[in-house]
Amino acid sequence: MRITRIANEQAGLTNETVDLSVMEPLLEQYKSKSGSLIPLLQGTQALFGFIPAEAFQKLSDATKIATADIYGVATFYAQFRLSPVGKTIIKVCHGTACHVQNANAITDAIKDYLKVKDGETTEDGEFTLESVACLGCCSLAPVMMIGDNTHGKLNGKSAVRIIKDLKNQLCSSEADGQLK
Amino acid sequence: MEKTKVIVGLGSCGIAAGASKTYSQIASILAQGEMQFELARTSCIGMCYKEPLVEIQDAKGKIIYGDMTAEAVEAVLRAHILEGKIDTEKAVHAEKLATKEDGFFKGQVKIALRNCGYMDPESIEEALEHDAYKAIQHLINTKTESTDVIQTILDSGLRGRGGGGFPTGLKWKFAYQNESNQKYIICNADEGDPGAFMDRSLLEGDPHAVLEGMMIGGYTIGASQGVIYCRAEYPLAIKRLNIAIDQAKEKGLLGENLFGSDFSFDIYVKEGAGAFVCGEETALIASIEGQRGMPRKRPPFPAVSGLWGKPTNINNVETWANVPWIINHGAKAYAAYGTEKSKGTKVFALTGKIKHGGLVEVPMGVTINDIIFKLGGGIQDDKKFKAVQLGGPSGGCIPAELGNTIVDYDSVNATGAIMGSGGMVVMDESTCMIDLAKFFLNFTQEESCGKCTFCRVGTKRMLEMLERITEGKGEEGDLEKLEALAYQIKNNSLCGLGQTAPNPVLTTLKYFRHEYEAHIYDKKCPAKVCKPLLTYSIDPDKCTGCTVCAKKCPVNAIAGSRKTLHTIDQKICIQCGECFTVCKFEAVLVD
Repeated sequence: MRITRIANEQAGLTNETVDLSVMEPLLEQYKSKSGSLIPLLQGTQALFGFIPAEAFQKLSDATKIATADIYGVATFYAQFRLSPVGKTIIKVCHGTACHVQNANAITDAIKDYLKVKDGETTEDGEFTLESVACLGCCSLAPVMMIGDNTHGKLNGKSAVRIIKDLKNQLCSSEADGQLK
Repeated sequence: MEKTKVIVGLGSCGIAAGASKTYSQIASILAQGEMQFELARTSCIGMCYKEPLVEIQDAKGKIIYGDMTAEAVEAVLRAHILEGKIDTEKAVHAEKLATKEDGFFKGQVKIALRNCGYMDPESIEEALEHDAYKAIQHLINTKTESTDVIQTILDSGLRGRGGGGFPTGLKWKFAYQNESNQKYIICNADEGDPGAFMDRSLLEGDPHAVLEGMMIGGYTIGASQGVIYCRAEYPLAIKRLNIAIDQAKEKGLLGENLFGSDFSFDIYVKEGAGAFVCGEETALIASIEGQRGMPRKRPPFPAVSGLWGKPTNINNVETWANVPWIINHGAKAYAAYGTEKSKGTKVFALTGKIKHGGLVEVPMGVTINDIIFKLGGGIQDDKKFKAVQLGGPSGGCIPAELGNTIVDYDSVNATGAIMGSGGMVVMDESTCMIDLAKFFLNFTQEESCGKCTFCRVGTKRMLEMLERITEGKGEEGDLEKLEALAYQIKNNSLCGLGQTAPNPVLTTLKYFRHEYEAHIYDKKCPAKVCKPLLTYSIDPDKCTGCTVCAKKCPVNAIAGSRKTLHTIDQKICIQCGECFTVCKFEAVLVD
């Protein structure tokens, strides 16, 4: 259900080279604090949207923790991604309350609409579809979270409509950008 | 005349229901200048089924309106403020008049949730008006001995609200008795049970209560550092906690030499990274230390060797929130609620197929039926109540026949379920119990950290068996195998995750064995959920020959031309259910 915790084959093998120098302030902030591997990984992910393969060595050099241990932590926690994701992440809740209110129908409808499987990113790199355990909005079940916004009491149709609207907004704002 | 105040409920679930839009709509109405009022915000009052909620305070008292979407709010405001009329259809709770929704509040006793929905969680001034930091100040000013605080907590009968139910006072006593130059207080806010949101609402609604509880714990056991381990999935809770911590520090309520004493206490928030097992205390500590969140063997218990090897006391959010109230009101007042062995109140997140889903706090000892039918208003669409799931993936299902079970640790345990952290998912006749057991096992199987073989491999094997059963491939002897493996997993796992993972299967086997048997022997799913076991057919009396189903069928299994009876070829049908969904005449039958 959840995105796989072990990196897939393409993990980190992006064509673009990653500029690791943006990590410096982050490393500076946590350099002398013990137990800060998780915040460091969270910070790295916030910078790149995922944890690039090259970043492991840099983290290891800075913290003197073996890359194997860092990789171990990064693959243990569901939050960390080792491959790039879409600009917008759609998290469909599959907690108990959502499950009994048919959350599967929402995931299925979105899969159908975006033509991706669970955990995958659309070809244009706009959307990543994910299933998550519980967003804690159980009384509004079934729910999904797009970015930081939670949408409740959905069905397949209304979920797809929200994504459609978002897509249109993105298109029009891009068009605006080009005009300027 | 007192100024009119308009308060919008801005908890995560309110926001998900559109409360932010309502707030901006009200702000723009205010800007127009026709109506005069003060606009404020609060958090969740628990009435999730009526979100977004807007409260108006004026000479008429406090009145809360429900379903206040951005579109609906202006009319209500106009009527209330300009014409002095109360829209009784929309009013859900009022000080001075009865509303249709009063049943939701009747029977609730708010101790942990005392301030949730009654103040602005981002304003320390309002928190102080609601007695925040009064208890810790009292303890410091009166130089109360640690042993006396521990005795008060013991006398109150408070037990761990995270699910374990261990006496809180006893836990504190152990941590207090272990001498060390450094001790730690941890707040477990890694609320991972799918179907539970008590801790989130508490943190979003009254962060200061949790901070103060931790301070009292620190004062008592002799700790100067507190850590709140909060799920990253709760961004609003984390934000409000950090605001509360900064405000408390600014006011000198948190930090060095508090209230002129030599007691110092600091708190920081640690964001979890998404692992259910981190709710287990030793795994949580490993995670704070920056390692993989894997549990270790106990003893030594955290009270002896916890965070960084120092004595550590861990309690859950709700437990901490109860502490200041107990100090302020006394152990007796708290112990006045509840049953002999379970004192006080418990917060439940009431969800699933229930009319009035939300957050309720009830005294221990009320029955499950009372919660579901009195507070919760009964089952959605007046369907038949089938079972309630308590305790999430570690808990179990209590069938409708046992609805008179009272809610306390011992009575709930006797059914095979556990009290758990407070998730209460209600199910009706359309929920398949095997599908539900499979859902939970899928969850624990994925969340198993992999340390213990029985938990890692055993849950996987159980899940595979359940998958076979729901696909119609169940065989004689499967249930016995499931049971045997379930007990092996329970007995051979190190931590609570593995020890309780088989509970959903064991309790459904205990109370709904006939459903398992129907799947295995009759190849039928009584709740009509498990698709491979369903047969779709067309009712000749109702079919109008509209061709919609035939067009929609992805495998062309439906034959029939316009205005003639359609038929489904069972050999081709893949049981996707599309025809059932699209038929406007209820002509597609499911069996």
